[in-house]
Amino acid sequence: MADTGTETHVEFRGVCKTYDGRTMVVRDLDLSVRRGEFFTLLGPSGSGKTTCLMMLAGFEAPTAGEISIDGRSVQDLPPRERGIGFVFQNYALFPHMSVRRNLAFPLEVRGVPADQQAERIQRVLEIVRLEGFEARRPSELSGGQQQRVAIARALVFEPNLVLMDEPLGALDRRLREEMQFEIRRIQQDLGVTVVYVTHDQQEAMSMSSRVAVFHGGRVQQVAEPEVLYEEPEREFVAGFIGDNNIFRGRITSVGRGVCDVETPDGVVKAFPVGECRPGQDAVLAIRPERVGLAKPGVFSNEFEARVDGILFIGDHLRLRLNLCGNADFIVKIPNIVGHGALLAGDRVSVGWAVTDCRALPLDGLEGNPEAEPGA
Amino acid sequence: MARPLSSARFRAAALTLPLLAFVGVTFIAPLGSMLVRSFYEPHVADALPRTLAALRAWDGSSVPSEDTFRILATELRPLDQQRKLGGVATRVNRLEGGMRSTIMDTARALRGAEPDSWREAVIAADPAWGEEAAWLAVRRAGERYTIRHYLNALDLDRDPSGNIVAQSPERRIYVPLLLRTLGVSLAITVICLILGYPVAYLIANASPAKSNLLLLLVLVPFWTSLLVRTTSWIVLLQNQGVVNDLLVAAGVIGDDGRLALVYNMVGTLVAMTQVLLPFMILPLYAVMRSISPMYLRAASSLGATFLQGFVRVYWPQSLPGVAAGSLLVFILSIGYYITPALVGGRTGQLISNMIAYHMQESLNWGLAAALGVILLLAVMSLYLVYNRLVGIERMRLS
Repeated sequence: MADTGTETHVEFRGVCKTYDGRTMVVRDLDLSVRRGEFFTLLGPSGSGKTTCLMMLAGFEAPTAGEISIDGRSVQDLPPRERGIGFVFQNYALFPHMSVRRNLAFPLEVRGVPADQQAERIQRVLEIVRLEGFEARRPSELSGGQQQRVAIARALVFEPNLVLMDEPLGALDRRLREEMQFEIRRIQQDLGVTVVYVTHDQQEAMSMSSRVAVFHGGRVQQVAEPEVLYEEPEREFVAGFIGDNNIFRGRITSVGRGVCDVETPDGVVKAFPVGECRPGQDAVLAIRPERVGLAKPGVFSNEFEARVDGILFIGDHLRLRLNLCGNADFIVKIPNIVGHGALLAGDRVSVGWAVTDCRALPLDGLEGNPEAEPGA
Repeated sequence: MARPLSSARFRAAALTLPLLAFVGVTFIAPLGSMLVRSFYEPHVADALPRTLAALRAWDGSSVPSEDTFRILATELRPLDQQRKLGGVATRVNRLEGGMRSTIMDTARALRGAEPDSWREAVIAADPAWGEEAAWLAVRRAGERYTIRHYLNALDLDRDPSGNIVAQSPERRIYVPLLLRTLGVSLAITVICLILGYPVAYLIANASPAKSNLLLLLVLVPFWTSLLVRTTSWIVLLQNQGVVNDLLVAAGVIGDDGRLALVYNMVGTLVAMTQVLLPFMILPLYAVMRSISPMYLRAASSLGATFLQGFVRVYWPQSLPGVAAGSLLVFILSIGYYITPALVGGRTGQLISNMIAYHMQESLNWGLAAALGVILLLAVMSLYLVYNRLVGIERMRLS
């Protein structure tokens, strides 16, 4: 990430997209992608992330708003003039052409001389580590090899912006992990900007410089992976990224770095995110691994609850509690107590630090897109 | 393990037996019998065995002996009485014009006669018997196995000494007709491809609702009788028909300059193209539906114009459909009969109309069979050439 500049490469300003004139697939989107960045659009299917990618590539036109690349609006540029490499979900390798001819295609239509073509194809095959496969047809390659050819084809005409639409979706898990490393390595070696679409949060977390989390056609949060995990700003992000215990309460008082939230089991002290005001409803999120068995005086928050279920994982135990109005409150404790020390039905004391429990103000937007003005 | 499997396979295969029997009785057997007819003609040989035996010894350079005349006369008599002479006379007549009446008249004149000289009596009955040509015709008609139908179908003939020579130019009809049929079929195939390709592309890339509707429109003609569709072309294209009326009304042509659009080659081309178009569109559509629109997107993202993407990415992938549709339309049109018969007039007839003529009108089944075999061979050799050029494994119907 050290190579990530601060210069803006791609920018979405107020972009909206609707296909039928009523349902907004993408609403009021502002995003800026920096040069050399590995930028991921993450979200469940139907969240609008692929539509954004298609608009950036030029396959779809925004209903409103503007997309610019290098500060220049690409409104009127057809896909072929945008100079963007695109890796398709199912690769879209031309089945009637050999690997070499697939790779030569973008060079031929650009009128690159034949000797330069051979040189560039050789270089890009080295980059994706696929030398010696030039004469094969795509159908004679494995899924991972096809993936490499697709990436090579998107790079061979030396674009400085490459878009990838769930490129690893068709691969099995082991190959997917291998390709995650490969794609990241290639991106860093070449220093190109990558905009990557996935619904797999683990993939997004492990590969990206920054991630934009999509939900209901709207960006929920844009941040580095660590920040998304540690400091979610929206209920959706808190629930989507990793495991989280989510419950609700009403803010009673707000101080510096701490607020009191009234829950069915008493007052929880939490870290206020954004504009928290007394009297507001809030969502509270605490990670299962940040909840511990309470020792007196250690935690600002201490609660007693009955263990409804217990799952022995090995190195840790997962306890299921009914706490603070959440009947599925999970606590992950390291296995230092030993097997059998805790049983279902036992009452335990648990606690957590103020900074680990985030109070997110309810903004009324999430899960209720129809309430949105201008939608 | 292998035994129950093979018996299961046998049972499954046995289910197709009714179909095989049906095909055998209604298709293979008649086809085989027609094939045999094209080179095997026992009729005259069975009717005049002794005359033909006598003629085999004859050198052909002068009128045969008195003996031969007598044998002919005695063999004609029972045929005349049993009313079987007509078939024999017709067959000899095909080789030498006028022989039908010669034979029939001779038999009538000789009824009950017991002359001293058969030779004089027969020649008196019809002077044609005084020429070698009549006897040569009888001898050739008596060949049990013959290639003369094939010679005939290829516009060839034998001269009196038995050499194969070209038919006189004004009698050459079958080869030009075969070439015309091939040319017309090729033209129809090309027109169908040009008209059908964009339609198939449109259907394959439309939204499901639209593509279903369009597909239905392509299939609607199949709900209507071929006869009705063909005759409605007559209504449209005839001299006082809709098309001419519109052209006159629009001032494109004068009332006295109405175009001859039907009962000629134009009518055959137009009507057959319309009838065969679905056979081009459907295989094309089936193949195009399997070509993902992603390929054209990929081409454009790689910097290609629509035309470049189409020519280099889409068209090659649609070739199996082009191949299947073209082969289907070409083979169907090469043997097409009803449409040219109805709208082709005199100049728009194809080889199959000539085959039908010989089956139904002239009753020269041998020639009809030979024409059919030559048509079959032409199609098969074209298929082989096509297979060599395109590769039949690249053809896909879906």
